[in-house]
Amino acid sequence: MTQINVRVDGASYVDDVEPRTLLVHYLREQLGKVGTVVGCDTSNCGACTVHLDGESVKSCTVLAVQADGSEVTTIEGIADGATLHPMQKAFHEQHGLQCGYCTPGMIMASIDLLKNNPNPSEHEIREGIEGNLCRCTGYVNIVRAVQQAAGEMSSTTTGAQA
Amino acid sequence: MTLTDEPTTVTEPAKEVGSARLRKEDGRLITGKTNWTDNMVLPGMLHMAFLRSPVAHGTISNLDVSAAKDRPNVVAVFTGQDFKDEQGSIPCAWPVTPDMVNPGHPSIAVDTVNHVGEAVAIVVARTRTAAVDAVEAIDVDYTNIPVVLDMEEAVKDGADLVHASTSSNTSYHFVFDAGEAGTGTDTDAAFADAEVTVSRRFVQQRLIPAFMEPRSAVVGVSGDNYTLWSATQIPHILRVMGALTTGIPEHKLRVVAPDVGGGFGGKLQVCPEEILALLVARRLGKPVKWTETRSESLMTAHHGRDQVQFIDVAAKKDGTVTGLRVRLLADMGAYLRLITPGVPALGAFMFPGIYKFPAYRFECDGVFTNKVPTDAYRGAGRPEATFAIERIMDELAVELDMDPMELRRKNWINAEEFPFTSVAGLQYDSGDYEQATQAALELLGYDELRAEQKQRRESGDPVQLGIGISTFTEMCGLAPSRVLGSLAFGAGGWEQASIRMLPTGKVEVITGSTPHGQGHETAWSQIAADQLGVPFEDIEVLHGDTAVSARGLDTYGSRSLVVGGTAVVKAAEKVVAKARKIAAHLLEASEDDLEFSGGKFSVKGTPGAGLGIQEIALAIFAAHDYPEGIEPSIDAEAAFDPVNFSFPHGTHLCAMEVDTDTGFVKIRKYACVDDIGNIVNPIIVEGQMHGGLAQGISQALYEEAIYDADGNLTTGTFVDYLVPSAMDLPTFHTGNTTHAATSNPLGAKGVGEAGCIASTPAVVNAALDAVRHLGVKDILMPLTPERVWRAIHQGGDGGARAAEGSNAYGGARTTESGYEEAK
Repeated sequence: MTQINVRVDGASYVDDVEPRTLLVHYLREQLGKVGTVVGCDTSNCGACTVHLDGESVKSCTVLAVQADGSEVTTIEGIADGATLHPMQKAFHEQHGLQCGYCTPGMIMASIDLLKNNPNPSEHEIREGIEGNLCRCTGYVNIVRAVQQAAGEMSSTTTGAQA
Repeated sequence: MTLTDEPTTVTEPAKEVGSARLRKEDGRLITGKTNWTDNMVLPGMLHMAFLRSPVAHGTISNLDVSAAKDRPNVVAVFTGQDFKDEQGSIPCAWPVTPDMVNPGHPSIAVDTVNHVGEAVAIVVARTRTAAVDAVEAIDVDYTNIPVVLDMEEAVKDGADLVHASTSSNTSYHFVFDAGEAGTGTDTDAAFADAEVTVSRRFVQQRLIPAFMEPRSAVVGVSGDNYTLWSATQIPHILRVMGALTTGIPEHKLRVVAPDVGGGFGGKLQVCPEEILALLVARRLGKPVKWTETRSESLMTAHHGRDQVQFIDVAAKKDGTVTGLRVRLLADMGAYLRLITPGVPALGAFMFPGIYKFPAYRFECDGVFTNKVPTDAYRGAGRPEATFAIERIMDELAVELDMDPMELRRKNWINAEEFPFTSVAGLQYDSGDYEQATQAALELLGYDELRAEQKQRRESGDPVQLGIGISTFTEMCGLAPSRVLGSLAFGAGGWEQASIRMLPTGKVEVITGSTPHGQGHETAWSQIAADQLGVPFEDIEVLHGDTAVSARGLDTYGSRSLVVGGTAVVKAAEKVVAKARKIAAHLLEASEDDLEFSGGKFSVKGTPGAGLGIQEIALAIFAAHDYPEGIEPSIDAEAAFDPVNFSFPHGTHLCAMEVDTDTGFVKIRKYACVDDIGNIVNPIIVEGQMHGGLAQGISQALYEEAIYDADGNLTTGTFVDYLVPSAMDLPTFHTGNTTHAATSNPLGAKGVGEAGCIASTPAVVNAALDAVRHLGVKDILMPLTPERVWRAIHQGGDGGARAAEGSNAYGGARTTESGYEEAK
């Protein structure tokens, strides 16, 4: 067992983990952060995507011990109290989800996409979320959601600067 | 609701049905507060992991679990021997013929294994990882038996057998003959008299539903009561079948489908693992959990499609079709699961499509092979039928040198001919194929693309353009119970709804149609809001728990809105009728003098005075003052059994670029106009269309479950089985025409499967239209670049998925087992 210190969604945790424990299993089984889900075992589907020190990672491809000393943000930590993150709001308003299983990962990947490219084209959005699979939506409404969030987030930023 | 400039004197309440309501479900799904089965933790819960067979066909010659039992934190290890007397057989609810052969389907293998992935042993441990680790310690040997994989070989005399207890690999021979049924003329005569005949062999490759949430089951134990939480589409059916299979009395078994992450037919099953979780929990008296890995899911959850289709069409030289003949080989896999044999039989009635064939004959052999069983996958029988008819209409057009749309137009049912009884005996309710087609042609920009195609062809552009057509209909709203009975299906097709009017005016709508991503909570709220005149927000839709929703037949076959939504309407009508008696009493008026609008009873001609239905709910809860002779409740329930199917239709058009140098195909534009009857929520409808299109297009371009010559699934991970990403799919241009269904008061026809059923042939027809002038007559699905390139440059249909010896080649040899080459 190895001891790790990790901050997840703003709270600090100290835990003993097996060295082989994947970050996603640590989040789900030890912390009860079950908003993050497992969809495959080959790092293809991206359902488990979280932010590790601000960068999106597939938490099935990160060992829990690698998160030692890091800040992890999951789908459960991006809303501001009762106020949804603009990406969550956009997925809702553009019907960018059906069953919702890929949604946590899709939202986390999309937030990271906009961090790197605040004003992406449709092609850049599709390329940016290529590592996240959705079986329900056919992606059209997910693309629309990311476009909406990009518009809202850039206008918010602009407004704050003005 | 639409804005109008004209002031109106009629104050009709705004209609919820038809409005683009955002989904109620989303709140928990976008914040990670979802109740997936795998999230469940019960005190003392144990974890199950399976040892699964690595051989496709063999006898278990040695099985020693003692070392696994000694591993730390392992509580028990079970084999088939431990459960052979109590596991029964996974049920098959659809014996399509009286003499259908069903060899039985053990949940865990007892002495033989019949496909790779079949459960052989179960480790039960304190943690998931301890269970998985201990599986490695099981010692097992198999004696190989020749594997049966190729259907066309399997049906030959003297073929190796999947099941030694049977005399052949054919489970059943199902025939529908329109001449014999009295719904058409003699098919042999039609072909004897034909001026033109076209015959083709099409292959419906095996697909994997690949729902995003892996299957999961948790069993809780309380005395002799069991609760099974499962990622299932069918908690109600699972309860009945689970009770019958395990012997747990039905009233001692509660099944809960919490939030379920997609199904597409893939969770329309009584899974061996669900049965085994019940058996293990019963044996140990402890709660257990099983959650599959993705590899386990792809290898052991049921697959879909997998047919070889022989189809002949007879026609006059002017293009009038005169006869249709279909013969199928349908791969059952190793066992018959819930509706395995019924899937191709369901398709039997859809091969004639939208066309006025006077003669039709259908025959299907269900064939056993050493693969995981097939069963429902989005469309279930109808995509296969639609593909075959829409592909061969194009082939007939080529044969006759006719425009493919003109050929369709010449033969399709005209708008004024509805209701129309098809040669398969189905009464199509309503529609206008010409109207949908015109709208789709405009949406695509058909004329401009045809001009560009001509220009590319004349210039010899390496990137050729093609346009593919699919004009289709489907049977939805499963199903009239009597019709299901006549087809030997083991259940009815009704649906149930209950409405509870709570004292505070809030409303609970309980539906037996269990959603797994479709948005029932939103749509049912819209329906109930209109019927009861209560606010959308005041309604909660409950589902998926047999202790809450006692009766139901769940979600599949584009049935939920058509059948389950109608049950809500019927239950609401009963609530209003019961409330009317109390309103009359409290308003001191005759029932006949009351009108009900916007949730309020008022006396005709006295618009001011009135009583809201939510107020009545409180009044009857108090029950201090209500009429003699009635019960103190306005709650109601209703079951609705449709009298007919509904028949959505549409025209789908695909413009496809084919790079003749590389074989790479790219959808340039996809446009479709569908008539799904009245629309309750346009946002949900568009989403359903998109998702269906993605899966139908993906069958044409990307997906194929491939077994090698030894019966190993070589597409057993998402690395190898191509579920398309956002980069692999185009934007979809969708539209609707509206002809209300005539079989239900909502006028809804169903939308869940339309895109998946219609799109596949449009895509393949488009690719062929692009390269037909280069001598290409057919390309097997999926249209991989390698196949397309080979079809263009080497002729034929593109052949096997990939070059011999590569991982993706279906016939590759992987062992020294000495069996015949599959190819």
